[in-house]
Amino acid sequence: MRLSDKIAPSFERIGGVYALPVILMIVALPLVGSLSSWVTLTVAGLAMGMMIFLMASGLSLVFGLMNVLNFGHSAFISFGAFIAASVLTGLSAWVGAHSLGFNLLALFAAIGAASLFGLVAGIVFEYLIIRPVAGDHLRQILITMGALIVSEELVRAIWGDNPITVARPAALNGIFVIGGASIEIYRVFAFCLGLAVFVGLYLVLNRTRIGLLIRAGVENREMVEALGFRIERLFVGVFMLGSALAAMGGAMWAGYQGTITGSLGSEMLILITIVVIIGGLGSIEGSLLGALLVGLLGNYVAFLFPKLSLASNMLLMMAVLLWRPWGLKPAVKS
Amino acid sequence: MSGSILRLDDVHTDIGQYRVLHGVTLDVPEGGVYVLLGRNGAGKTTTLRTIMGLWRARAGAIVFRHRDITALHTADIARLGIAYVPENMGIFGGLTVEENMRLASATSRFDRTRLGRIQDLFPAIRQFWDKPAWSLSGGQKQMLAISRAIIEPRDLILIDEPTKGLAPSIIRAMIEAFREIARDTTILLVEQNFLFASSLGQGVSVIDDGRIVHDGDMAALAADEALQTRLLSLSMAAHQ
Repeated sequence: MRLSDKIAPSFERIGGVYALPVILMIVALPLVGSLSSWVTLTVAGLAMGMMIFLMASGLSLVFGLMNVLNFGHSAFISFGAFIAASVLTGLSAWVGAHSLGFNLLALFAAIGAASLFGLVAGIVFEYLIIRPVAGDHLRQILITMGALIVSEELVRAIWGDNPITVARPAALNGIFVIGGASIEIYRVFAFCLGLAVFVGLYLVLNRTRIGLLIRAGVENREMVEALGFRIERLFVGVFMLGSALAAMGGAMWAGYQGTITGSLGSEMLILITIVVIIGGLGSIEGSLLGALLVGLLGNYVAFLFPKLSLASNMLLMMAVLLWRPWGLKPAVKS
Repeated sequence: MSGSILRLDDVHTDIGQYRVLHGVTLDVPEGGVYVLLGRNGAGKTTTLRTIMGLWRARAGAIVFRHRDITALHTADIARLGIAYVPENMGIFGGLTVEENMRLASATSRFDRTRLGRIQDLFPAIRQFWDKPAWSLSGGQKQMLAISRAIIEPRDLILIDEPTKGLAPSIIRAMIEAFREIARDTTILLVEQNFLFASSLGQGVSVIDDGRIVHDGDMAALAADEALQTRLLSLSMAAHQ
């Protein structure tokens, strides 16, 4: 019996792939050495993971449901970030007010504006860019890459070439200390928002008829149509939702980074592509797992081996693909 | 026999650059089981997929209950009351048996009497109700595929080679089930298993090389071994 066969039952007993982020956290603790540093890094990693999940989940669902390779997905991240930055600048009085209510109103207005843009732009993008190249992966790659480049130039034309500083609402700008560990309030907020979106998505996918259709469509689009459902209408809805989530993730990311540039979209494209590949195409749970692993590993490696931080995600992807070529939790394909 | 429920009139279908159906003309009478026989690659599956709109007819007409459905979307064809059980069964492995069935019902609610009859017909559906469909055996998956097709009243069910790879005991159970289903639904059955087909079918067409080469009563074909040999060996002769 091979070693992997001996380990597999125990691995499944402790939760299988769902336990991987926890295993990574436990392994990192002795390596980091200090509990307070570990807590800070872990919270940062979880927050980063949740924001990446927001950005990547739509891409995964769109590929799973319609077999569409949309490299233009990160254009929504970029626009979401810049729109949120503009809204926060416009509401600077609320952003800087010593009132949690006004601070949250400003933040939700920024996130709402970004998400609304994602919804509306999503339907236009699907109609003009995606629909004409349905079923042709090569043309999809070329045209969506082209759309990403055009969108980045649009961002530069509207917001300029210089980096933009993003104002953070005053109440979310501070830190709190637990047992010597410094934790940024914004990161906790980002984690909670991402978790809320995941729970919402999970409930929609698993408890509603629309969710049932999406899950079935990811597996076998043709059969869903043979049962009497127009899947292309469902696809437009999923595409809009995915675009809105990407824009929401971009808005949160803007606050997390503090400074954004016109190349944000292409920078994030690599990260979300890695997450979708690690997680497995078409799966929300897979996207969450992949995003949390990328977020956590990125933070631990940046602390322990700074020179390896850029390569860590690539190495993680290679390791996962060697172990599970279809990703950690791919959607079942008929 | 009663009037026609489905008629294909000189239907041509291309897959990529290849023409697979070369003018199929077929009349499926209402009620009972009508069988489309033919060897591998003769065009049986293409015929069913063309009826469902999964592959588009390049020429000819498909008429269901006096309505031309040739250019309709697959979903609209299904909503007219035509169910399809593909050769690969089309089961959603990631969904439970219940979710597979729920997806095929017009609303999210089941007609309990109908569901009970289906579960009596296929006890595995009741037994594995909340289990993921990927965990079912091949025969159980086929039962689920057929159950899904009849969870709502349908006028016509297209079934593609349901006995493929199944054990003889399951095939015997399937024959009984099909007889029961055919009491209130028309079945267009594609088969290679002549014994199975002849035990169920009233009418039969034989397709070869994308053309219908024989229409008639199944009883007459079953009784005429020379005709069987001639019709069902056509492809082999054509390729030699």
